Amino acid sequence: MTVRFTLNGVPVSIESSGSRRLLDVLREDLGKTGTKEGCGEGECGACSVLIDGDVVDSCLVAVGQVEGRNVLTVEGLAAPNGELSRLQQAFIEYGAAQCGICTPGMLLAAHVLLQRTTRPSVDSVREGLAGNLCRCTGYTKIIEAVLSCVT
Amino acid sequence: MRDVTYLRPKTLKDAVQLYGTTPGCRPLAGGTDLMVMLHAGTLRPAARAVLDLWSLPELKGVRRAHGLLEIGAAESYTGIIRSRDAQEHVPALVAAARTIGAAQIQNRGTLGGNLANASPAGDTLPVLLAYDAVVVTDRRAIPIEQFFPGYRRTALQPDELIVSVRIPFGRQVAFRKVGTRAAQAISKVVMAVSRHPARIAIGSVAEVPLRARRAEAALDRNDVEGALAAVRQDIRPIDDVRSTAAYRHAVSQNVLRELLA
Repeated sequence: MTVRFTLNGVPVSIESSGSRRLLDVLREDLGKTGTKEGCGEGECGACSVLIDGDVVDSCLVAVGQVEGRNVLTVEGLAAPNGELSRLQQAFIEYGAAQCGICTPGMLLAAHVLLQRTTRPSVDSVREGLAGNLCRCTGYTKIIEAVLSCVT
Repeated sequence: MRDVTYLRPKTLKDAVQLYGTTPGCRPLAGGTDLMVMLHAGTLRPAARAVLDLWSLPELKGVRRAHGLLEIGAAESYTGIIRSRDAQEHVPALVAAARTIGAAQIQNRGTLGGNLANASPAGDTLPVLLAYDAVVVTDRRAIPIEQFFPGYRRTALQPDELIVSVRIPFGRQVAFRKVGTRAAQAISKVVMAVSRHPARIAIGSVAEVPLRARRAEAALDRNDVEGALAAVRQDIRPIDDVRSTAAYRHAVSQNVLRELLA
């Protein structure tokens, strides 16, 4: 079937079985390899993307389900000229990325959190990122980076 | 993975018709269970098609109607958590929804999915039992206490779809989940308790989410110590990867004591 949706602000149209995982279509068909596969069962959050502004695990979404929707991957966080977002810059400054596998998902979950919560506390940042596991256990620096973006 | 046909009906009527006429068809909502099994090839029998119910308007929303709250089968946990009506009238369900996974899962998981999956560890299921919820399908209303006939089985006919869940107003229910950590945990014991009428519903302690009938009978007599003693006879926990039977017995008693305090 043909699936049409908006990816990082750009309309895309792909031919695929609608039951394939959004994760696989993003990586294999659309070259968006910033989205990582961790556990493949909705536990780790490495494959997090935003659909219509909600953070979801793309390994749990059938691609047919994004027809007509807005999908944002980590590639869409920076400005079109490549300038990093404030959050991405903070991840660099605070050393919030170690091996990097969890980083795209962390960035997207934190992006939503900062958009939706005016002054997130440490606890609400922890709760907002609870669906994203860091195998390097670098949580402290990640949380510091997110909190540094609270204005 | 063998190719699985993706079907997206536009109305509930079309969904019911397609479900009844498509061999090997599995309903799909948020995918938090089904997509994992589909990809791993562990569905038995194997799925030949998925019926996407996620966007059906008839299956969405939280609304008040005639002394009860009606929650669409494909409404997300996030939708339930954010609903003022749910917060006011079924706070124990909101509490349970908040313990399920984290944002990613709460944005996709649904009551219809939790019911259809019928896991003994389903976190909303003891809550629905304690509220005496009713499962509304495309053809009938099923009292929740009749919904789980056996391990991972439901009272649904092979071509029957869950449409909504109805929860009567006016009951005080307390909820507690015990897992390995606060977020992203699968329950070792999950419990919901109402004092009047006496309802003690527990998950992860038997092959189905169950009501502790002996303990409830004791509670009806205001015999709290009797209820604590009886719950041991009501549950049938096992040793598995997440916990042991002995631990689940002890925790069931302790959590019941806490919820009745």
